[in-house]
Amino acid sequence: MSNEISKFSDPGLPEHIHRKSDSDPMAEKRAEQQVAILFLISALGTVLTIASYIFIKQGTFVYLPILGDVEASQLFLGLGLTISLIFIGFGAVQWARRLMPDTEVIAERHEFRSEEIDRKEFVETIKERAATAGLGRRSLIKRSLGLALGLIGLTPLVMLRDLGPLPKKALNETSWKSGTRLVTDPGNRPIRPEDLEVGSVAQVLPELPEGTERTLENIGTDAVLLIRLRPTEFNLDAKRLSWTHNGIIAFSKICSHMGCAVALYEQQTKHLLCPCHQSTFDVTRAAKVIFGPAARPLPQLAISVDSQGYLVATQGFTEPIGPSFWERSS
Amino acid sequence: MKKSEKIAGNVANYVDERTGAAKWLKKNLTKVFPDHWSFMLGEICLYSFIILLLSGTFLTFWFDPSQREVIYNGSYAPLSHVTMSASYASTLHISFDVRGGLLMRQIHHWAALIFMAAMIAHLMRIFFTGAFRKPREANWLIGVGLVTLGIVEGFLGYSLPDDLLSGTGIRIAEAILQAIPVVGSYLAFFAFGGQFPGHVFIPRIYTVHVLLLPGIFLALITIHLMLVWYQKHTQYPGPGRTEKNVVGYPLMPVYMAKAGGFFFIVFGVTAFLGAVASINPIWLYGPYTPGQISAGSQPDFYMGWLDGLVRMAPPLETHAFGHTISWNILLPGLIVPGILFTGMALYPFIEAWITGDKREHHLLDRPRNAPNRTAIGAMSLAFILVVLINGGNDIIATHFHLTINGIMWFTRIGIFVIPPLVFVATKRICLSLQRADREIVLHGRETGRLVMLPHGEFIEVHEELSPEKKFTLTQHEQNLPLAVPNTDSLGVRNPQGIKGKLRARMSQANAEQVPAPSESEAKALEGGHH
Ligand code: HEM
Ligand code: FES
Repeated sequence: MSNEISKFSDPGLPEHIHRKSDSDPMAEKRAEQQVAILFLISALGTVLTIASYIFIKQGTFVYLPILGDVEASQLFLGLGLTISLIFIGFGAVQWARRLMPDTEVIAERHEFRSEEIDRKEFVETIKERAATAGLGRRSLIKRSLGLALGLIGLTPLVMLRDLGPLPKKALNETSWKSGTRLVTDPGNRPIRPEDLEVGSVAQVLPELPEGTERTLENIGTDAVLLIRLRPTEFNLDAKRLSWTHNGIIAFSKICSHMGCAVALYEQQTKHLLCPCHQSTFDVTRAAKVIFGPAARPLPQLAISVDSQGYLVATQGFTEPIGPSFWERSS
Repeated sequence: MKKSEKIAGNVANYVDERTGAAKWLKKNLTKVFPDHWSFMLGEICLYSFIILLLSGTFLTFWFDPSQREVIYNGSYAPLSHVTMSASYASTLHISFDVRGGLLMRQIHHWAALIFMAAMIAHLMRIFFTGAFRKPREANWLIGVGLVTLGIVEGFLGYSLPDDLLSGTGIRIAEAILQAIPVVGSYLAFFAFGGQFPGHVFIPRIYTVHVLLLPGIFLALITIHLMLVWYQKHTQYPGPGRTEKNVVGYPLMPVYMAKAGGFFFIVFGVTAFLGAVASINPIWLYGPYTPGQISAGSQPDFYMGWLDGLVRMAPPLETHAFGHTISWNILLPGLIVPGILFTGMALYPFIEAWITGDKREHHLLDRPRNAPNRTAIGAMSLAFILVVLINGGNDIIATHFHLTINGIMWFTRIGIFVIPPLVFVATKRICLSLQRADREIVLHGRETGRLVMLPHGEFIEVHEELSPEKKFTLTQHEQNLPLAVPNTDSLGVRNPQGIKGKLRARMSQANAEQVPAPSESEAKALEGGHH
């Protein structure tokens, strides 16, 4: 390690260069005034804040270049606050830089490790103290204490049990049943196949029994997308084809990836796209995943028309809708 | 004695007679703090946290954390008579009917972004300068904890208003919970009090957002600062600075005035952003309902990398024995972030194991003098950057006329290829910077001035560096590879086996460097010249 020995030597702290305000009383005076002016500007800022609060009505707009129309009350309140705060800061920093001592000082640092003798005595003390409690010997006490402490950790877990109900079968269920009518969302009107032109999409929900209120939980599991193609455009097996009606096909709108609403339909490619992580589903092939992180197609809902010509589900979903979970079997 | 001096004397007397603190205070009021712009990053974290406390408390006076359904009849006309949750309605109320309410919301949100950005920048400063080395490992761990909790806190805060955008975020969080093997659906049902979205989630996260996490932050920040105080600040190398001293300005008055002033400046800048830069205009998104979504939705930047990971995940699920494991959620949502954060937390201990260095360090490294560490840091940043690009793939695609498909595949491959390339490149750059340092110490700085020698040859005049500069460029320690013995004392092959070999290899890589020039080398060169 020859170069260790002949390292360049430390020339020590460079000589301190004095500021003008250290020696020139005029410069010092000027610096003082400067700091005072900064603090006074801050005071004006507070006046602006208070005036804006009192005099500017909410909902008044002013036009500013770049920013466009800006709500005046919050703009001027904010600018007042900005001025009052930032100039206190500028003043304090300027004060420190121009007028407070600017010589660097050196403080010593000591290694944290204690003296050998203190360390030894510390260990001795612990051993001795522990011995007086008999920690080494009383294994019965130690073990029972360990058990008690371990068990007490269960209490908070048990006590949190009532945070919510058990899932039971809830994740497998929706409100769709055989014969449930499809109703528009928004609007809640039953629809006929004729209401839907070729190439169009509609969001629908199941018709709920009279007097039942639709909750957000319902929407989160029941939302369905209807898409109408020309029947020849499908590329489905016989069973899935039988689930469509006159070119109308229905899928759960809740993404099979993480549950976002699959909202974008590209008419040309006949792709459904989820804006969350861009999983893309091919409508003509029963919503097969053709891009993105989703691992499963969107569940398809079997539909037909009832005696009055309204679209209905012919059965509930045959698999759970939405994101996966441990108990999901396929 | 002036009147003010007398009062000060009386106060000091009062305090000391009751606490005996005079000695401690005397010592600590003159405590020395080194000055460098990069030491202000930690201050920004602290100040933005205080701003969050203040602006957040203001918001709590009007915010109603409830998912009870109400019909809006405030002054924002486009949503008149719309059914929405009380938390969304009260956020509208704060924005349109409380004077300064929108300003405070925007200040709160901007402060959250500054808080996170400053924490990340601060963490990078600590990493690249080696400030995490002994004895400061505990503060590194606290820092990693604060960043992690900051991400959670920011996500919860952003979820509170219950608008269409944030509700979608909650939906995704629920899906992550639900994907956890064995207990997932139970966890989701407990967290949401039943089926998503339920009526209890917002009130619950409200308590966590305004009480639990801020309390933990406060405790962690306090310990963090006490440790900084007690262990004294690190300093950059330079003339007069050693492992055994601290060079800087005394707490009172210089540091107090600068740091105090800086708080007001940070607050002022945040207020300015809140005044002119609109952020999270929730009234444009509408209230949350699970059947709808706003297109092109982007989370805050500190969540964006997670989003990018989720987007690039392979579409993989395992179905077996009547159960499902969603790798497409678990990998990007829990496993990869878990590995990243665990690795980050353990880094100081890994590096110490590789170097075998058990000494205290108070002088910072110039990043080029720790090429391996700097390369690891750059590699991690490259990883996050690739992921972030994918997190914004829809926006980037429309902006630059690319396809989302193209960006997705670019990042899916890039995530494996780019970080290692960045590692190699960074290491080389560090080594050439070391070489450049060596050059100018030995041969001086090029001045661009040409001089004609008597026999007609032109040479460029080189200007010798000052002794201060020479010292700064050469003071660093030379990394030595660990001498890991191949055989133990009895001549048997080293029982440590693979672990020992791995350690030896890594320490070898860690010790790669251009030797710092020494004084004798410089002298020898001088002799040769004349
Ligand atoms: C480190 C700390 C914190 C972070 C990162 C953070 C972040 C956020 C964010 C991003 C929002 C959404 C704001 C919006 O755009 O509407 C928010 C909302 C909110 N925060 Fe915080 N916050 C923090 C601490 C606090 C504290 C300490 C309080 C209260 C004591 C608080 C009270 C609130 C309230 C009441 C809201 C909802 C009101 C609204 O959004 O208008 N926050 N928070
Ligand atoms: S939730 Fe639809 S792609 Fe992720």
